[in-house]
Amino acid sequence: MAEVTDQETDQRHGSVYRVAGALTITRAATTQREIDALPDPVTIDLSEIERMDTVGAWIVYRTVRDRGAKVIGASRDEVSLLKQVGEFDVPTRVIPDEPHNLMAAVGELGEWVSDIGVTLVGLLGFFGSTLIGFANLIRRPKKFRVNAVVQRFDVVGVRALGIIGLMSFLIGIVIAQQGSVQLAQFGAEVYTINLIGRITTRELGTLMTAIMVAGRSGSAFAAQLGTMKITEEIDAMRTIGVSPIEALVIPRIIAAVIMMPLLAFWAMLLALIGGGVFVWLSLGIPPLTYIQRLQEVIPITDLWVGLIKAPVFGFIIALAGCFQGMLVKGNSEEVGSRTTTAVVQSIFLVIVLDAVFAVFFSNIGWI
Amino acid sequence: MSGLPKDCHPVITVRGLRNAFGEQLIHDGVDLTVCRGEILGVVGGSGTGKSVLLRSIIGLQTPESGQIEVLGENMVGRTEDEAKNIRRRWGILFQNGALFSTLTVAENVEVPIREYFPYIQPHLLDEIASYKIAMGGLPADAGPKYPSELSGGMVKRAGLARALALDPELLFLDEPTAGLDPIAAAAFDQLVKSLQERLDLTVFLITHDLDTLHAVCDRIAVLADKKVIAVGTIPELLALDHPWIQEYFNGPRGRAAAESYEEGAHA
Repeated sequence: MAEVTDQETDQRHGSVYRVAGALTITRAATTQREIDALPDPVTIDLSEIERMDTVGAWIVYRTVRDRGAKVIGASRDEVSLLKQVGEFDVPTRVIPDEPHNLMAAVGELGEWVSDIGVTLVGLLGFFGSTLIGFANLIRRPKKFRVNAVVQRFDVVGVRALGIIGLMSFLIGIVIAQQGSVQLAQFGAEVYTINLIGRITTRELGTLMTAIMVAGRSGSAFAAQLGTMKITEEIDAMRTIGVSPIEALVIPRIIAAVIMMPLLAFWAMLLALIGGGVFVWLSLGIPPLTYIQRLQEVIPITDLWVGLIKAPVFGFIIALAGCFQGMLVKGNSEEVGSRTTTAVVQSIFLVIVLDAVFAVFFSNIGWI
Repeated sequence: MSGLPKDCHPVITVRGLRNAFGEQLIHDGVDLTVCRGEILGVVGGSGTGKSVLLRSIIGLQTPESGQIEVLGENMVGRTEDEAKNIRRRWGILFQNGALFSTLTVAENVEVPIREYFPYIQPHLLDEIASYKIAMGGLPADAGPKYPSELSGGMVKRAGLARALALDPELLFLDEPTAGLDPIAAAAFDQLVKSLQERLDLTVFLITHDLDTLHAVCDRIAVLADKKVIAVGTIPELLALDHPWIQEYFNGPRGRAAAESYEEGAHA
């Protein structure tokens, strides 16, 4: 460890900074502070130094450069090290310039708005190219990748059964519990069955499934395609003549479109069972009565409302996921942000569409 | 053949190293010594475990058995805290640069310095980063760029600048010239050689590049048959009668590299 043996300070003759031992990066902060504190003109005495690294040399060099300090007692090695660091004195900035003012903020807002527009147009364009992909597949059905689609069925559908089932079961219990507490105030606990039956088939079964699929599969689509973009797999595919839309996007879209109604039906069923368990244990309504009541209170159109929405949601989720994945370029950080965007975008679109569907079905009389 | 140079102060000592992935045995009894101040090149066919050897030495891969000593400290079975002291004294250039993609080049160089010396004044830190970048052979405008904006050669130089950030005694380079054009590769070789001379570094260099072997390496270690079969200068290795070594250095590419090196030496 180095120690400063002497710091002579004299207003008339300036100051002498004498270092003994090692002048290395370990002591860089202290050395710099001590030199900064000395009055001009500074003389740096290196005669008692044992070891100097490039950082130590740099501190001496910059003191000479900025304050015209004098160096005495440097050996040949130290002189050559000082010369070497001097050769590399090319100031460079650490971070790119960023304007910080009102105009920049306005500019950012403008960019943000135009980004949204560009994304929406891009999504529309992507929708168009998938339609072209579908058309090509219909013209040449031989090119349809059955294995890829079946594999996606497994990943998107079969493997999601557990988590979606559990989630729906619990949601059924929560609706039954909350509903019965509120309805009990009017002495109308028996209507809990109407509540469970209609809300799960018409809305929650499909909506919660869509949110789960967006989180599970939409994000996976974006991450998979994004990674393939970075590793140039997609470029390789294109150059070989395989259309990435046909090979990667369409199997995923088909899987999501077909699996969503099945999963939604599964979710409705499990939510009804969850609600049934609760009303049986808590309100004492036996399962047989519960099923009978469900048949009476749920119009078949409620089931259609739920099941018609499901494939549309599946399509939106797969489209948004694949679209964001294909937008990845550059670094791995972008895969993460694109995946997040895919999930947010698809859940948002699903909820907007759900509202449109709600109005539509009410207006055609499926109340 | 393991005749060490006479005045060898070992910086890295590997004894009886054994590495395996499941059933697949990678190393079985690797012995290797790297002396202070030399540039040791490690060669070997694909899949002979050059990178695994590097990862074992720097502690990213725990070997099944064997001893590894770096800068006088035992590397096997040590705690994170103990390892920190040694990590301060080496610099590593990974094969693909391994720059932190969310940081600029200059910030990348500052990472190790900030980690170990958090009290360095910010303006001094920026200046240190600047001259390390210049030392790595990058132009001044590379500092504020992000890794995704750099070419392959610049990524390697930026990685080298980061490896040099703490003034290491020991530098590990994993295929530094792979993926560079011949001009850039030759320039990188020169850079490594001159830095080694200026900063008195010990360099452990994995390479496939025959020109690099001729131009910068003091000794070369050959990995084959799961161990180091020979260590020595190129003439010493050529004197051996091992088929792989003969094919490697006397194949068409090997001879071309040797000739161009000799022409350069005579000129």
